[in-house]
Amino acid sequence: MARKKQNQTSDATPTSRGKVIFYTVAALLALAGLAEAIYLTVQALTGETLLCGGSPDCFKVLGSSYARIGPMPLASLGALAYFSVFTFAVFSAFGYARTQTFFRITVWLMFATTLWLLFVQAFLLHAFCRYCLFSAALIFLLTGLVVATPGQSRTS
Amino acid sequence: MNRSLPIIIVAIVAVVAIGSGVVLYRAKSQPVLTAPKEASSPAGKAAEPIQSRGPAGAPVTLEEFGDFQCPPCGRFSEPINEMARAYKEKLRIVFREMPLPMHQHARLAAEAAEAAGLQNKFWQMHDLIYREQAQWSTATDAHVIFNSYAGVLGLDLTRFNKDMSGPQVQERLAVDAARAKELGVTNTPTIFVNGTQVAGTSLNPGGVRAAIDAALNQKPQK
Repeated sequence: MARKKQNQTSDATPTSRGKVIFYTVAALLALAGLAEAIYLTVQALTGETLLCGGSPDCFKVLGSSYARIGPMPLASLGALAYFSVFTFAVFSAFGYARTQTFFRITVWLMFATTLWLLFVQAFLLHAFCRYCLFSAALIFLLTGLVVATPGQSRTS
Repeated sequence: MNRSLPIIIVAIVAVVAIGSGVVLYRAKSQPVLTAPKEASSPAGKAAEPIQSRGPAGAPVTLEEFGDFQCPPCGRFSEPINEMARAYKEKLRIVFREMPLPMHQHARLAAEAAEAAGLQNKFWQMHDLIYREQAQWSTATDAHVIFNSYAGVLGLDLTRFNKDMSGPQVQERLAVDAARAKELGVTNTPTIFVNGTQVAGTSLNPGGVRAAIDAALNQKPQK
């Protein structure tokens, strides 16, 4: 255990100012996504998704079978993913090399999921939910950050 | 300090995230309401349903508070019809008008349904209005559309139009509003099964069926 801890701390290397800003921005975006995902999870758990502020399109999307995996609201997985991105971004900002790889992998997985969900909204449900579009925008921004700064993990 | 700082930041965010989720959940969770069977309030006669189908002595009564312009209510309409067909004489269905002010044509739709009810065509109009919800909800003059529905159902149009704004229909809406107030109902759809509100988390056709089955399986109290 002590050895493992020593390995983790030895991962931490001094980071450039640019990287710190990059991961701070990413962490803030993930925080915004986390807040929204928590709100949607609570809405789904309390049954308020059915009401959806009186918006038929929102109801059509969030009330659909695509918004759940079994008994679990998809938003709860989103919350978990955003929290992971936040965690990896924070650790990366402090110079942990391994978390930078995890950060990139998680963002790419979320990007792929977002593309699928946009496809579902556009072609299967024929309706868009503003909460989902906000989340998609955040993930596009995160992906943009990852793409715009190639080789982050390799340069550390 | 620098080594433990990211752990502290992540831990704080985790605690705040979980805490805010729990607080939000508690704030949004509505207490499960129980409908008194006996009329006990000044709005006592509100307990007597105006629009119902199924035998009065059915072992299970489903009481729905609905708004014709609310999309989730529209989505519930056909599943409830299916339940009526499936449970037959075991289920009595009561519909309560609850037109929400935020829906432009909801009250007019409720008046149209009640006016049709005065010519014994409430449930036919109820089904038609829900089925065509997407059409009239966005119309500038929904009255014309409801008139056409009345024509389709073979109603006396002169009487229908007179009844829509007449005292009898207004009284029916007032009775249902009093019932909603009595029970503390604020949202649509709100469904009671044998006087117990179906919780928001179970507010789907499967959940309502489960509530009906549970009510049917309950041993009669001696």
